[in-house]
Amino acid sequence: MADRAQPVLSARGVGKFFPGVKALENVDFSLMPGEIHALLGENGAGKSTLIKVITGVHPRDAGTVTLDGREIHPGHPGEAQQLGISTVFQEVNLVPTLSVAENLMLERQTRKFGLISWKKTAGDAREALKTLGLDIDINRALGSYSVAIQQLVAIARAVALDAKVLILDEPTASLDADEIKTLFGIMRSLKAKGLGIVFVTHFLDQVYEITDRITILRNGGLVGTFDTATLSQIDLINHMLGRELAEVSSHRHHAKSTATGRKNHIQIKNLGKKRVLKPVSLELSGGEIVGLAGLLGSGRTELAELVFGAQRADSGLVFMDEKPVMLRTPRQAIRAGFGLCPEDRKQDGIVPELGVRENIALALQGRRGWLRPIPRAEQDKFADEMIKALGIATPDREKPVGQLSGGNQQKVILARWLVSKPVFLILDEPTRGIDVGAHADIIKLIRDLCDEGLALLVASSELEEIVAFADRVAVLRDRELASELSGADITQNNIIEAIAR
Amino acid sequence: MINERYYPLLATLAVCALLYGYGMFEYRAFSDTYVLGNLLTDNAFLIITAIGMTFVILSGGIDLSVGSMIAFVGVLMAELVTGFGIHPLVAVVVSLVFGGLFGAFMGFIIARFDIQPFIITLAGMFFLRGMCFLINLDSVPISHDFVSAFAGFRIPLPGRGWLSASAMVMLVAVLVGLVIAHYTRFGRNVYAIGGDRQSAQLLGIPVERTIIQVYTLSGVYSALAGVVFAFYTASAYPLAAVGVELDAIAAVVIGGTLLTGGMGFVAGTFFGGIIMGVIQTLIAFDGTLNSWWTKIVIGGLLFGFIVLQRLITRSFSGMRAGAS
Repeated sequence: MADRAQPVLSARGVGKFFPGVKALENVDFSLMPGEIHALLGENGAGKSTLIKVITGVHPRDAGTVTLDGREIHPGHPGEAQQLGISTVFQEVNLVPTLSVAENLMLERQTRKFGLISWKKTAGDAREALKTLGLDIDINRALGSYSVAIQQLVAIARAVALDAKVLILDEPTASLDADEIKTLFGIMRSLKAKGLGIVFVTHFLDQVYEITDRITILRNGGLVGTFDTATLSQIDLINHMLGRELAEVSSHRHHAKSTATGRKNHIQIKNLGKKRVLKPVSLELSGGEIVGLAGLLGSGRTELAELVFGAQRADSGLVFMDEKPVMLRTPRQAIRAGFGLCPEDRKQDGIVPELGVRENIALALQGRRGWLRPIPRAEQDKFADEMIKALGIATPDREKPVGQLSGGNQQKVILARWLVSKPVFLILDEPTRGIDVGAHADIIKLIRDLCDEGLALLVASSELEEIVAFADRVAVLRDRELASELSGADITQNNIIEAIAR
Repeated sequence: MINERYYPLLATLAVCALLYGYGMFEYRAFSDTYVLGNLLTDNAFLIITAIGMTFVILSGGIDLSVGSMIAFVGVLMAELVTGFGIHPLVAVVVSLVFGGLFGAFMGFIIARFDIQPFIITLAGMFFLRGMCFLINLDSVPISHDFVSAFAGFRIPLPGRGWLSASAMVMLVAVLVGLVIAHYTRFGRNVYAIGGDRQSAQLLGIPVERTIIQVYTLSGVYSALAGVVFAFYTASAYPLAAVGVELDAIAAVVIGGTLLTGGMGFVAGTFFGGIIMGVIQTLIAFDGTLNSWWTKIVIGGLLFGFIVLQRLITRSFSGMRAGAS
């Protein structure tokens, strides 16, 4: 890069606070013209908050953002666009029912005597696509093209706005290898034209392929900005996960009782789904905890959902005690004695308007079928037992779950599965967003469950946690099983190496 | 290859041509322009209402208040003209302004507080219908020279038919609707919001303002329909136009507009309204069939069009509404 002197976009000491949460604190970020700059971090690190602050979705609470040396205060993404900051969000944010030309020219149609001149507008749209070398019929509905093409149209729209800065938020998540190649070609040509590009992704190989510099965020704070060429992948992952290679030796080597032996033996054989997860094989038996490690997007959640039937696998089978289990819907999985505590508790886990008792009764009712309602007295008994056993902090069993704290919501979901007496429980990020006290409770609960003979599969991005309770660890990378660790091999070091390799 | 976005419109045109062709083939008198003139006149208020409804449905909403608006405007005009002796043209302006303001108010509540348009416009429907009875309990004539002149004004068509004033107002309303939908940014923004509201917001479209404008437009169009209806019948009745909101929705859907919004044509709505009129006329010509057969045929057509639309949108990738 010739022009190192003057960054096109620069953020200094930016902070953003939501009630009770520091989403961003004192973050510096600078983007040079003609640079592709990766913005990296785990879930909740503050990547999207930073982008939203820069593009005006959220107003910033502290710090300055300057564009070409002038401070800016965009009130919404449209205003940021006018200033020259264009954003392509992860999900294509265009209108599928409108034609390609209209999507490109919306709010920018050329007008004559107050009415839209379609001829001129279509010409402008063609011009915009030509810069990306995209040759498609602009009069067809955008939705009739593949997601990849739609993504490229979104970029064409963004670039056509005389953008100085282009922000791409995980643009490659739904693209295949060839499509990514096309996208990268376009990114390189835009870079050559002097655009500054912010590239958010969780695919590290793509970071090394295309970016010049890397800024890493963690827990809302800045870890640092590095030259891509001089930062090793191991260092990068360490920065993202926030662990220096010093070993924490809290690993519990589980004294597995072989008495329960082969009972509740779960075999996952070549379970996979096109574009979601390459076939994975994994075994676990009662009284065993298998940890699932991997970066965001490595396929952790996807594996959990496939095993639970929340997504339908297109290859592979799951066996329980040597018998295949039908897993086409979660209902079948529940009947087989499986349980899933989903990653997104609010969205997929609790029913916030219902009370603690009703939430706890859900899974058991699902397993019994609707024809055999659970007597109210029994429900009350279960609920009270669970509130006591798990220490759910609620004034009474009818309190709407939505009003409880995150930790207590998680306990309610755990309680829901416990009363249905599952044999195999999948926990996806069971401790995310939970305060320290409840965190310890839940770890202890996981251990107790295991001692009772349950088979547990626990996905977590907190390596410390995985090391602390797992008997074995399956490491996922790029949507496939990268390696399996067991016994004394389970160290944070080894997991990080397996992720990075 | 024909653009798939035009399939519903082509289907509407085909159905319209088939029905009309069947009529001409079956009954000699059907090919007379007399039938066409009557078709345009009798369905003028319905088509005008449906044009306003088209914008609402394109934006992803619904407006149930339009039938009551027609009745209310009629009662209001009767009161102003017969009761207060105000010139009908002034009453028309008052009615249109009222329709726009009422629509804008509903639109404001819908957009600002993000409330389902169904429930707000349902409230509007009950409110206006009740207001009719507050002004007047009975059917009253609207007698004024201007009203008689309006009803008598007609341009002869070749053959025995003629184009009535109602029909002309309707045709102008359709043309204005066409221009708004296809040649203004407001019109295109309505399509964008109906196609994907969240995206529209991120593309920098003033979503809230556009939604308010959509319901304002629907209010004005339904008030205009009320005016045409009042002049056409030369009377006002609080229970007039009950269920017209549903007929208008049917005309819009048969006209090829996607009920979930984002796709459709004002021209389609015009032909949708004509189709409904043709079915009615065919059943009248037949003479042996009960007039309720109209509803049965329209029900069948609606079903067919909804299935057609589903097939077209299912081929789209990245539709948020579809299963992922």
